Amino acid sequence: MKCGVVVFPGSNCDHDVYHVLKHVLEQEVAFLWHEDDTVKGCDLVVLPGGFAYGDYLRAGALAALSPVVGAVRRHAEAGGLVLGICNGFQVLLEAALLPGAMRKNRDRRFHCRDVYLKVERDDLPFTRRLRTGQVLRLPIAHGEGNYEDSSAALDRLEAARQVVFRYVSPAGEADDAWNWNGAARAIAGIANERGNVVGMMPHPERASEAVLGNTDGLAVFASAVESGARTLAMSGAGGRR
Amino acid sequence: MKARVTVYPRREILDPQGKAIRNALERVGFAGVEDVRAGKSFEIRLGTDDPAAADRELKQMCERLLANTVVEDYSVEILP
Repeated sequence: MKCGVVVFPGSNCDHDVYHVLKHVLEQEVAFLWHEDDTVKGCDLVVLPGGFAYGDYLRAGALAALSPVVGAVRRHAEAGGLVLGICNGFQVLLEAALLPGAMRKNRDRRFHCRDVYLKVERDDLPFTRRLRTGQVLRLPIAHGEGNYEDSSAALDRLEAARQVVFRYVSPAGEADDAWNWNGAARAIAGIANERGNVVGMMPHPERASEAVLGNTDGLAVFASAVESGARTLAMSGAGGRR
Repeated sequence: MKARVTVYPRREILDPQGKAIRNALERVGFAGVEDVRAGKSFEIRLGTDDPAAADRELKQMCERLLANTVVEDYSVEILP
């Protein structure tokens, strides 16, 4: 499967994602520059963490208007897989490829630490290798991960089962003390209605190899690769967009 | 024509920055500050001299880029 990693000026997790896809999962990977107006035939596009365009104006706001995000939008509309991690999630929100917005963390601090996530659904292209109810330990590193939307919009999100990951205690229980950024309804990751676009604040690419002491994140990428491979198999060789 | 666009976090949403500034003001002796909302201000110079057209365009700018209306409100003011 061909994977693309978007690089904005200010991206800083691009090489980590590239490494996981290329060397751990042995996939074909290309970098997609912010000025590219195509995703170069990639089946999976990852928007990595960092500070795209310096996070000027709002995190992700200027990146959302870049040519490559236009191409990512067309890719998503065609059913292609898109994963936004941390700043990449913020970009997807600003681009309205996912609903809601990010505010500064509730306690005004930048949090860099391991958190615990409950998997809310395992029927998405990005979660098929996980189990609903499973608890993952993944690192976060952000100052603006405080997910917000109107209560009506949050209700719609829940009703449509678009919440993918939620912050929980190590035992997997709802616990506000383990919701480090204060996100509404402890939301750590969401999907679009179709399920082919997912955004998450934690960093699975930083927890995808035993040598790093944690492999909980690998299943997110492995799920996407498996989903992409199945789609390719069903559409036949050369059936790629 | 000059204009000022002001963007604030919406009233019903917690503003951690404003809260931190309020606390700091209190720390340096301003005891009477009940609330601070921290926002952004943009001074924009436009080629048009039609205030109605300018107002319309500035509001479009806010909706499209300057504000994130999920969490922010904006106001537009044409400057003399």
